[in-house]
Amino acid sequence: MGVQEAMTGPSVLFFFVNAMDLTTLTLTELRDALWAGQVTSVVATEAMLDRIVAVDNEVKSYLTVTDDLALEQAAAADKRLAAGERTPLLGVPVAVKDMFCTRGVATTAGSKILEGFVPPYNAFVVDKLAEAGAVLLGKTNTDEFAMGSSTETSAYFATHNPWDLERVPGGSSGGSAAAVAGRMAYAAFGTDTGGSVRQPASFCNIVGLRPTYGRMSRWGVVAYASSLDQVGVFGRTVADVTAMFQATAGFDPRDSTSLNVPVPNYEAALTGDIRGLRVGVPKEYFIEGLDGEVETAVRAAINQLADLGADIREISLPHSRYALPIYYLIATAEASTNLARYDGVRYGPRVAGADVIDSVQKTRALFGAETKKRIMLGTYALSTGYYDEYYGKALQGRTLIINDFNKAFADVDVIAGPVSPTTAFKLGEKVNDSLALFLADIFTLPLNLSASCGLSVPCGFDGRGLPIGLQLIGNTLQEATILNAAFAYEQATEWHLRQPVIGG
Amino acid sequence: MSKYEAVIGLEIHAELMTNSKMFCGCRVVDSVEAPPNTAVCPVCLGMPGMLPVVNAQAVEYALRVALALNCTINLHNVFARKNYFYPDLPKSYQISQYERPLGIKGWLDIELENGETKRIGIRRVHMEEDTGKLTHLDGGGSLVDYNRSSVPLLEIVSEPDIRSGEEARAYATRIRQILRYLGVNSGDMEKGVFRVEPNISIRPVGTAAFGTRTELKNLNSFRVLADGTDYELVRQAAVLDAGRQVVQETRGWHEGRRETFSQRIKEEAEDYRYLPDPDLPPLHLDATWVEEVRAALPELPQAKLARYRADFGLSAYDAAVLTEDRTVAEWFETAVSIPPHLNPKTIANWVINELFRLMNESKQSIDDIRVSPAGLVELIGLVEKQTINNNTGKEVLAEMFASGQSGTAVVEAKGLAQISDEAALAATIKQILADNAAMVERYMNGEAKLRGFFMGQVMQATQGKANPKLVNQLLGQALNQAEK
Ligand SMILES: [Zn+2]
Repeated sequence: MGVQEAMTGPSVLFFFVNAMDLTTLTLTELRDALWAGQVTSVVATEAMLDRIVAVDNEVKSYLTVTDDLALEQAAAADKRLAAGERTPLLGVPVAVKDMFCTRGVATTAGSKILEGFVPPYNAFVVDKLAEAGAVLLGKTNTDEFAMGSSTETSAYFATHNPWDLERVPGGSSGGSAAAVAGRMAYAAFGTDTGGSVRQPASFCNIVGLRPTYGRMSRWGVVAYASSLDQVGVFGRTVADVTAMFQATAGFDPRDSTSLNVPVPNYEAALTGDIRGLRVGVPKEYFIEGLDGEVETAVRAAINQLADLGADIREISLPHSRYALPIYYLIATAEASTNLARYDGVRYGPRVAGADVIDSVQKTRALFGAETKKRIMLGTYALSTGYYDEYYGKALQGRTLIINDFNKAFADVDVIAGPVSPTTAFKLGEKVNDSLALFLADIFTLPLNLSASCGLSVPCGFDGRGLPIGLQLIGNTLQEATILNAAFAYEQATEWHLRQPVIGG
Repeated sequence: MSKYEAVIGLEIHAELMTNSKMFCGCRVVDSVEAPPNTAVCPVCLGMPGMLPVVNAQAVEYALRVALALNCTINLHNVFARKNYFYPDLPKSYQISQYERPLGIKGWLDIELENGETKRIGIRRVHMEEDTGKLTHLDGGGSLVDYNRSSVPLLEIVSEPDIRSGEEARAYATRIRQILRYLGVNSGDMEKGVFRVEPNISIRPVGTAAFGTRTELKNLNSFRVLADGTDYELVRQAAVLDAGRQVVQETRGWHEGRRETFSQRIKEEAEDYRYLPDPDLPPLHLDATWVEEVRAALPELPQAKLARYRADFGLSAYDAAVLTEDRTVAEWFETAVSIPPHLNPKTIANWVINELFRLMNESKQSIDDIRVSPAGLVELIGLVEKQTINNNTGKEVLAEMFASGQSGTAVVEAKGLAQISDEAALAATIKQILADNAAMVERYMNGEAKLRGFFMGQVMQATQGKANPKLVNQLLGQALNQAEK
């Protein structure tokens, strides 16, 4: 790479950005180049669109590429840049998971039941992207309604991992992760309901942040499980994720669960100094089923944090083993009511029927198998006579998980552990084994049940050359703490600099 | 019915007249008048990713009602999702309150026709959102209008304390009156803004277990509520007497046949799969604010009625008529408060007998009329000072009502002031007696009723403007003189 070292002056960089493949720049490098007038947004956007044309027929990360719109936005951004404007993401091409509503651009949530649906509104965070000046490259693939850990339940096609096209990119935000890892976007939005940002980030060797519930508005984001859903951010570096997060976090009065708390200066918090940082290592995250190579890499990363001055201590999150059933009861129960609206009456495809009810029933057959399964599970969990035993009990259990984190954060600043028990698995390998897929999320979903925030940062590769992620979890609204810890680690390592070679 | 006791509970749904809807910024429009689907947005259409935000005005309106109905207020409110499929329900769930409603354990006293007062328990008062409206076309197909979708709705559930159609009517009428007093609902039953659904069952007198109940829906007037309830009680008694079982079902009212009919049989209780709405954190009401709202409640109709009787000496009927509607009551009270502080009973008579007649004839409400309380007081003053007589006063009021002019202006313009000039009237009388010598002769001979004829002649000669008292007095004097 060496771009950072080469950035000694505008003229040198100018030489580089002309001579090099613009897609290898990080978001922050591109931003500097745009601000310095050494590259235009149109050129950067064209580079991304060319890259999509070149490799996305293999990776299949995008459901919709908004090339005309992107070039229009890029041209507008260039005018503003030329006029001296410097909004945070001005001219930076990014992608958005297809769970985010985009005005005038098809939004499917990876489902046939929303095929052709064009929202008349933008999600709040999509508006924030626009305000920041970002250029929208397109909508990325997702497990249907974000229900999955591999992006294979998408009703359209599966996305492939840029590191090994026979493997999954993780999920449900696998499209966004693959696009960023495959250098088809400088950054991207995902959603993280049970690990759907952190796990694909770890599978694809990029950084994925899942902020505290309420830190980013859910308004206009297609709901899966409302009390667990949260917007997340992908980037190739911690600084990139921080820039995107900085520009789009914040209170939204239209989301009643949004936190009305000022957004701190996250970018300024990236000092790289973590001396004295108290890092807890939960023993429940190093258990049977955790792949040996993953464990080795994660433990090495934790040792590296110690070398950087962090104070490492073992902690316990004793109720972790209940997180999986609690999560699936709450998520499916909420999903069963969230998805009940897709009846073909007001928007989306409508399958004709003998009468209204028949038509609604036939329309709902457009849901995929995994979605139907979760709707049925959730419906059952909420039924009279079962509520107390299932959903009600899950809500009680959730309190135990929250207490686990509260107790832990009384003694530590950050919790460190693996993101996923394994590296990326093969397409089709677990598609019919729900339990195995659920287990892929056991280290990520406790966070979603709590009020914590977390991220995944690249921390190594297994023997097959597949990426491994380190998970750092912070207390409520302590995104700055985990971002800085990840930044310190990233500065001390080179894992994030490795790039996949697509189509070998 | 004597063998059986009626057990009736009322569910009342009242839309709240807020500016905007319960969970979005759409205007609340007249769902009958407004063109379909013109007051809708992605939120109240249940589009993907849309989220609800609680309307603070709706909470205040609902709180007013819960307080007025003597409820215990839950400061910690939870909104729940009530799940069911119907094309008029955009999200396929209704946001409602389930486990922690706004108000519980309230009560309301109602007055029965025999003069007794009865206390009806109120189980809960809770906030929810209305649904859209479905219209089934004759030729097949259905149309749906979402203007009403997510309009704030209040549900008021009584205890099963009601025992007859009359009690049901008295309770529902009183609730509607209170809602109107509180300024939260227009009470329009035709438009479905105020909907009453009785749950009706009977049980043998002296037993405690509830019988199987039926629910009446789509009752568009209080009369239909009373008649439908009474019909249902008789029908259920006949069913039981015949040794059969009452079927749990929803029934409607057939106005032509004047009987209830089965609409939908509930084979099993619908499972609404309630869950706390994860999109809405629990709503915490500030206890101080609750007390502020309580302190700001207007005087309620029953208290007002008692005050009118005690302070103004009005009859129960007059007090009831004047307090029926808060605006009328306030209009009346303004008139009473204006100097020279006329006798409230006199003002009440003018309002009830004259003003209401004019309002009825022209189908205007108190808000529409051009006569002000001060205008009426001025007019009554003209009558009391005998500037005009009582009948002329009524005519002047009609003119004021039609033209918006003041009483004095009408009297002047039409020259309606009474002739109280003794000399002039005496001369007129003298002339009339002279012109009718034969009649005077008959009067002298004992035909006393002819005095009325002479009165009429004088009034005719003065175009009705003569002060009748004075004419009567002067005529007596003139006839006495003639006798001598
Ligand atoms: Zn609306």
